[in-house]
Amino acid sequence: MSINPAWYLSLSVVLFAIGALGVLVRRNVLIMFMCVELMLNASNLAFVTFARTLHDIGGQVLVFFVLVVAAAEVVVGLGIVVAIFRRRASANADDLHLMKG
Amino acid sequence: MSALLGVLVTSTRPTLPDVGVFAVAAAIVLAGAIGVVVARNPVHSALMLVMTLFGVAVLFVLQQANFLAAVQVIVYAGAIVVLFLFVIMFLGVDREEDVAKEPLRGQRPLAVALVLLGTTGLLLLGQVSKWTTGQPRAAGPDTGAPNVNLIGKSLYTTYLFPFEATSALLIIAVVGAVVLARRPPAATSSGAVAEADADPGETGPDPVAAVDGEPPVATGVADDRATAATAEGAAGVAGGSPPPAGAEEREVDA
Repeated sequence: MSINPAWYLSLSVVLFAIGALGVLVRRNVLIMFMCVELMLNASNLAFVTFARTLHDIGGQVLVFFVLVVAAAEVVVGLGIVVAIFRRRASANADDLHLMKG
Repeated sequence: MSALLGVLVTSTRPTLPDVGVFAVAAAIVLAGAIGVVVARNPVHSALMLVMTLFGVAVLFVLQQANFLAAVQVIVYAGAIVVLFLFVIMFLGVDREEDVAKEPLRGQRPLAVALVLLGTTGLLLLGQVSKWTTGQPRAAGPDTGAPNVNLIGKSLYTTYLFPFEATSALLIIAVVGAVVLARRPPAATSSGAVAEADADPGETGPDPVAAVDGEPPVATGVADDRATAATAEGAAGVAGGSPPPAGAEEREVDA
């Protein structure tokens, strides 16, 4: 038989934590985006695990949607990064403090 | 280990190849994820992300989600990471980041502490209670039907409306990306346009004015660099000083 789902879910938790840590700690906008992708992958892994555990294909369909949303998010996010970079030549999130009081 | 295994009511013990594949894939996933966060160079981060995505795809295969594994490799590693790499190289930001600089004092230790707290809390919660509750459904990946058939049927019956909404989302994303990435047309922003119109006039037909006034010289130097950012910056810099230059030009013309 296959691996206990608890292992997959633990791995998913750790992967999500690493992604969240990256978003909070790093300053490069592109790397922050990649860390968001890590978190989305962690959720995907959890979805597939639940789909297998509960014998419900809905989890896998949801992963499909997450993939599409991730692709759209990356496209728009990188468009914003390019637009910002055109205005100020830096990909550092700390330089974007124009609205700071 | 025994506690972890006792958490869920699952069937028999896993076989050795399964455990081995899971261990290797999990190690790859975690190493890649840590690499994404730790790497200084964004290109290295992107390559580490590919590693993680492949590991997750292996874990998908291990859970009989073959179609999703293929989509994961094609969409994520094939499209999204390539898009990342394209933007990194397009912008030329593949230089190292100064991690030591910390504008918000104490933000990083606080973030690490919060994430560690949340992770341990979640893992402990999984230990003391069940990870999953609810009754397994009859129809699922284990019924023997191919994975793709089940997903397709579910996608076009149960999840038809979200599926259509997804298509709308993709269209909106494409349009949004085009709008965002398009260079702003020169006619909309008035100040920058006047400057852009004035520039050739100053440097071209009337060299005397350009030499006499200091600001036009500055813009001419800046214009030599063809990058969009510097061009816009030069327009912004010159924006403060053009009235004297323009006035001078008009005087010479008169």
